[in-house]
Amino acid sequence: HSKRKRPGPNEGFEVNFITQDGEKVTVRAHEGESLLDVAWANDLDLEGACEASLACSTCHLILDEASFDKLEEPCDEENDMLDLAFGLTDTSRLGCQVIMNKDLDGVTARMPSATRNMYVDGAKPKHH
Amino acid sequence: SSTRVAFSTTETPVESAPFRLAVIGSGPGGFYTAQRVLRRLPNAKVDMFEALPIPHGLVRYGVAPDHPEVKNVMSTFDEVAENPNFRFIGNTSVGTLNQPNAKPAALEMSDLQPNYHAILLAYGAPEDRAFGIPGEDRLVGVMGARTFVGFYNGLPSEQNLDLDLSKTDTAVVLGQGNVALDVARILLMPLEELKKTDLTEKTIKLLEKSTIKHVHVVGRRGPLEVAFTSKELREMINLPDTTFHMDKELFDSEMALGGKSLDRPRKRLMSLLEKGMKESKPNQSKSWTLSFLRSPKAFKDSPENPGVLSSIEFGINRLESQEGGPRRAVDTGKTEELKCGMAFRSIGYKSIGIQGIPFDERKGIVPNIGGKVVDAQNNIVPGLYTSGWLKTGPVGVIVSTMSEAFQTAETLVEDVKNGALGPLEPKAGAEPLLEKLKEKGVRTVSYQDWKRIEQIEFQRGAQLGKPREKVLSVEEMLHLVD
Ligand SMILES: Cc1cc2nc3c(=O)[nH]c(=O)nc-3n(C[C@H](O)[C@H](O)[C@H](O)COP(=O)(O)OP(=O)(O)OC[C@H]3O[C@@H](n4cnc5c(N)ncnc54)[C@H](O)[C@@H]3O)c2cc1C
Ligand code: FES
Repeated sequence: HSKRKRPGPNEGFEVNFITQDGEKVTVRAHEGESLLDVAWANDLDLEGACEASLACSTCHLILDEASFDKLEEPCDEENDMLDLAFGLTDTSRLGCQVIMNKDLDGVTARMPSATRNMYVDGAKPKHH
Repeated sequence: SSTRVAFSTTETPVESAPFRLAVIGSGPGGFYTAQRVLRRLPNAKVDMFEALPIPHGLVRYGVAPDHPEVKNVMSTFDEVAENPNFRFIGNTSVGTLNQPNAKPAALEMSDLQPNYHAILLAYGAPEDRAFGIPGEDRLVGVMGARTFVGFYNGLPSEQNLDLDLSKTDTAVVLGQGNVALDVARILLMPLEELKKTDLTEKTIKLLEKSTIKHVHVVGRRGPLEVAFTSKELREMINLPDTTFHMDKELFDSEMALGGKSLDRPRKRLMSLLEKGMKESKPNQSKSWTLSFLRSPKAFKDSPENPGVLSSIEFGINRLESQEGGPRRAVDTGKTEELKCGMAFRSIGYKSIGIQGIPFDERKGIVPNIGGKVVDAQNNIVPGLYTSGWLKTGPVGVIVSTMSEAFQTAETLVEDVKNGALGPLEPKAGAEPLLEKLKEKGVRTVSYQDWKRIEQIEFQRGAQLGKPREKVLSVEEMLHLVD
């Protein structure tokens, strides 16, 4: 997606993603990039089905409380989409709407595990 | 988004044959599962079979024309299709429906089974739920929302619809989900707005003659039970020149009863309803009404105009709590009549079984555990998986279909990796099937073919000052790629 050169170790701001598998990935972001842009630029599995037009909620992220509190309130349209997000929390935001700036340096954003843990209970494999 | 090799290819023994997956259906259920499987198993080969010549299911033929942002998901599907290990085979239905007089499919499950290690059923919900009440099939003016939605979105099978919206000023939509609001909005939206979308020219001509001014959206339960979501309600409330009506007394008493224990989405939805009532401008040229506690008992015609809908008889309900379950609508025995010239039934889409697979008639889904298909005895059927509305029932938006598809993909990948599908013997994939289809005279359509059709749609759209003008018949689609 983003063809832009990634920021070097001392450029831009720090972003910590926690992937669906619970792995922490620390990357750097340019000012003005959305968290969705940053995730895509770093090949992380975050969807963005409607391409940042506030029509899907597939870019749902759960932020650390301190960073969440620094953001302005989500608009009605973002809240409408958050209502449909899977695993909504009090610090949930849409990744395509969170724009990086110095206040958010060091933000932690967890990707909710979209896939519920599956336990095949009661089912037995069929033998032929 | 971008391709990521999530697990190292060296985990698969070099000598093992590529894992071959057949996907039946090209909506979000099929595409999101394929995407995740290809990402996790870079050697996998995926063939996707679609009954229509062209892909994307309800993203093209369901999602409303004034929601173009929702359709951006098609570019994700395009990326999947660019993967050299992916192949789209359009104009090829798989599995004859388990119904009397069903049209035979191009291929059966038994044709696919020997050629693939696994098959994913993702053919969605091909039918409409009906009430089964007098007048429903007989009267002009009564139709399924699915038919109308298919018509305005250019679905080939609905293009012969004989519809006249100039005989009445009142339409009723039965059901209170997002599809019901889509129908109501298309009927009430300013045509100028719709002309900027990919709504078909044929529908624009129909709407130009429309005399419909009042739309009632009727549900059998109360305001706390509506199934639509806030985005769609907000659009209705913001319709220009349209008064919004709703029973404030009922709303207040329901809120007093259950308003406190609502979750966040429902709380927001209720405050939006309240805002809608408060800010509604009276006496506008158009109106829409949300009515509750009404179940249709009969569609009726009048002696002056036999055979044409003139009113609906409703039974009036009250709500009864059930332990642990949703509240039930119970008939009070009282009835009420509502005059109208059009009625759109919007109580849900419905899946149907195809030959050679398990199907749960009661739930209307393919029985499954986390996407793994099981039979009536709860035994796993090896190599058979499901996703999309066929897996979950016809509810939810693309984001929920996506999470469910990812879950199915993870289950499937896990089975491949831990050997649950046995050692991967070499399989032929699509080649012998394409031979067979050729012999039968079926012209299959590739993803490149689709992109050519799409280019023509873009060109035709540009001439009309809109994003796209859809090709409306299967014959023309096939002709364009010959
Ligand atoms: C009217 C309407 C409006 C909607 N609007 C929105 C919206 O605005 N936003 C949103 O997020 N969600 C919306 N949705 C929901 C969304 O469309 C669904 O969540 C999603 O499409 C379900 O995906 P699916 O793959 O299960 O089914 P589908 O999208 O229906 O795909 C199934 C595919 O299988 C094909 N098929 C059927 N039978 C066979 C066969 N035998 N062989 C081969 N192929 C076959 C069909 O032609 C179809 O292409 C809407 C749904 C409807 C009905
Ligand atoms: S990408 Fe769709 S809302 Fe963010």
